[in-house]
Amino acid sequence: MTSFSGKKLTCVRSGRIVFTSLNFMISQGEVLYLKGPNGSGKSTLLRLMAGILRPSNGALTWNNNDIHDDEGLFRSRVHYVGHQDAIKAGLTVEENIRFWVEMNYCMKEKYSIQTALKVFSLDNLSTLPARFLSAGQRKRLNLARLSATYAPLWLLDEPTNSLDSDSVRILSRAISDHQQNGGMVAIATHEDLDLKDNVLNLSEFTNLRAPPQGYNAW
Amino acid sequence: MPGKPLQVFISVIRRELLLAIRHGADSCMIVSFFLIVVILFLLGVGPEPGILSRISAGIIWVSALLSVMLSMDRLFQPDYEDGSLDLLILSSLPLELIVLAKIFSHWLTTGFPLIIISPLLALFLNMGTPGYSTLLIALVLGTPTLSLVGAIGAALILGARRSGVLLSVLILPLFIPIMIFGVSAVDAALTNVSSKPPLLMLGALLLTALVLCPWASAAALRQAAE
Amino acid sequence: MFNYFANPFRFLRLTSKLQPITMLVALAAIGLGLFYALVESPPDYQQSETVRIMYVHVPAAWMAMFCYVTIACSSAVALIWRHMLANIIAKSTAPIGASFTFLALATGSLWGKPMWGAWWVWDARLTSMLILFFLYLGYIVLYNAFDDQSRGARAAAILSIVGVINIPIIKFSVDWWNTLHQPASVIKINGPTVHPSMLTPLMLMAVGYMALYFWLLFIRTRAELNINKVRKMLIQQTETH
Repeated sequence: MTSFSGKKLTCVRSGRIVFTSLNFMISQGEVLYLKGPNGSGKSTLLRLMAGILRPSNGALTWNNNDIHDDEGLFRSRVHYVGHQDAIKAGLTVEENIRFWVEMNYCMKEKYSIQTALKVFSLDNLSTLPARFLSAGQRKRLNLARLSATYAPLWLLDEPTNSLDSDSVRILSRAISDHQQNGGMVAIATHEDLDLKDNVLNLSEFTNLRAPPQGYNAW
Repeated sequence: MPGKPLQVFISVIRRELLLAIRHGADSCMIVSFFLIVVILFLLGVGPEPGILSRISAGIIWVSALLSVMLSMDRLFQPDYEDGSLDLLILSSLPLELIVLAKIFSHWLTTGFPLIIISPLLALFLNMGTPGYSTLLIALVLGTPTLSLVGAIGAALILGARRSGVLLSVLILPLFIPIMIFGVSAVDAALTNVSSKPPLLMLGALLLTALVLCPWASAAALRQAAE
Repeated sequence: MFNYFANPFRFLRLTSKLQPITMLVALAAIGLGLFYALVESPPDYQQSETVRIMYVHVPAAWMAMFCYVTIACSSAVALIWRHMLANIIAKSTAPIGASFTFLALATGSLWGKPMWGAWWVWDARLTSMLILFFLYLGYIVLYNAFDDQSRGARAAAILSIVGVINIPIIKFSVDWWNTLHQPASVIKINGPTVHPSMLTPLMLMAVGYMALYFWLLFIRTRAELNINKVRKMLIQQTETH
């Protein structure tokens, strides 16, 4: 049974403690909701989980192995969807997604760009240059990467932003499919996706009044 | 798995070249900038053939330096702005190799056109015929080094205020050795001295930069994404 | 050892004792050195009295190099072990090093007038020093170019390491360029053949400059640490209320 967990995570950004002593655990087939007010560190935690950021303290483990022991292997297990859509206006819809599929091709054997575009109902736009896409279509194109190649861990940062209700339904179906196939998801969202599972409330870890020992005002 | 990293490497190059072709005006702009700077020098110094041929190599190199420097901020800035950088960091190919692929495509779209057009400029500047072949060899060895060194600066300025001016302050001092050896190779050929030593130095600089620069740029990109 | 001194409290306590000592050493050595340099030592047989500029110029050039290497080393420590203090030392060293570089350039230019008859001569040493000055400027500008301080610290740290690798290459290329464009008739000071009567003030000045550097460094790092402390308190205050 695979699991992805973080222990005693502390993150300091620009001299400010974002969260401290944060623990989480995601097992196969689980969805972890990140809740908390603005500035509580949801995006930071997701970037930390992806390995883009390093924690100031604590460790992230995959089946009890530190993810920084083999970063290449860990990267191949992650799909990260951030605030920005990573779309080049000069390339067509299909060229955009094909590039990211090729970039992840090393470990992820089976993929289908057409199916992925169909899942997120972009198949009739595939030859359109991406500069003509609306904000919602761009978001869907970015999300289509999730279905194009397989990665067990999905990290989604506000994926429902600028999506209409139909697209939100498509996304929640994709997430529950992924869950049933034994995938793991960590998601920060304000939308109700009716997939209640584990909830991690980040405001519990922003311990402002008493900074941890050793950090004494520095 | 074997062979796959090479495919990924090639697909980075293909994407960069595709983007360069789709935004073809960018490359043309760099070449026209190169031309205009040389012509400005010409007008500033005056058309006296003796002086021009004496300083021709210096003018061409300084103009090439400035053109490469100007084109540098487009290397990582778009990826940083649209979030592609995060995904490049998370992709299966080591970031150092992605950086190398991007630098190579950058050189193909900026440094290479400069090399092609440089004989024409040498003609404008009344350079002696023995200088032509050496100028070409020196540019072939020198412009990739400019792109490699410039990539470090381009990665460091991501997210900074007034990044364009900042970039020039950071990387122009680092370009000095490349220019010195490039100019002295051509000058040697024009004065019938062996141009081999400065060319060998340019080659050595290229090899050193090839090893160190992708590594430093990747480190700079990682900290920019943090 | 790093960890022991990386504690800001311990650093503050240690430097509060060292600060007056370095001040005394700096003042004494520079005072004594200037006395030897300007009064006691003999004039040079070739350059006569103008040789006395050397006692201010040469140690400044040494310190200019020393400070850049210090920045690069503490930057490496800051990048690898992520010590706040190493960043602060690098940041505080930069303006001091730039000032030493400027001093070396200014005195070099003053020296040039009686020696070569021009305020500025493109001598290899002076040219390298000028490029070093630009490297300092680049470092300082990059450090302050970001809204997020820690971003600037990390970017500038990488730049300083790239710069320190480049310094020997730049030096070599400038020497090369200089020999191509100038006949080797320029008078050069050859270090090892300096007479002992000249060596005493030179060494005194070098020690004095070094002590001056540490004195200024301690003042700057202590101020920097206090600024950080105040900033941290302000953040905590605004967040709890």
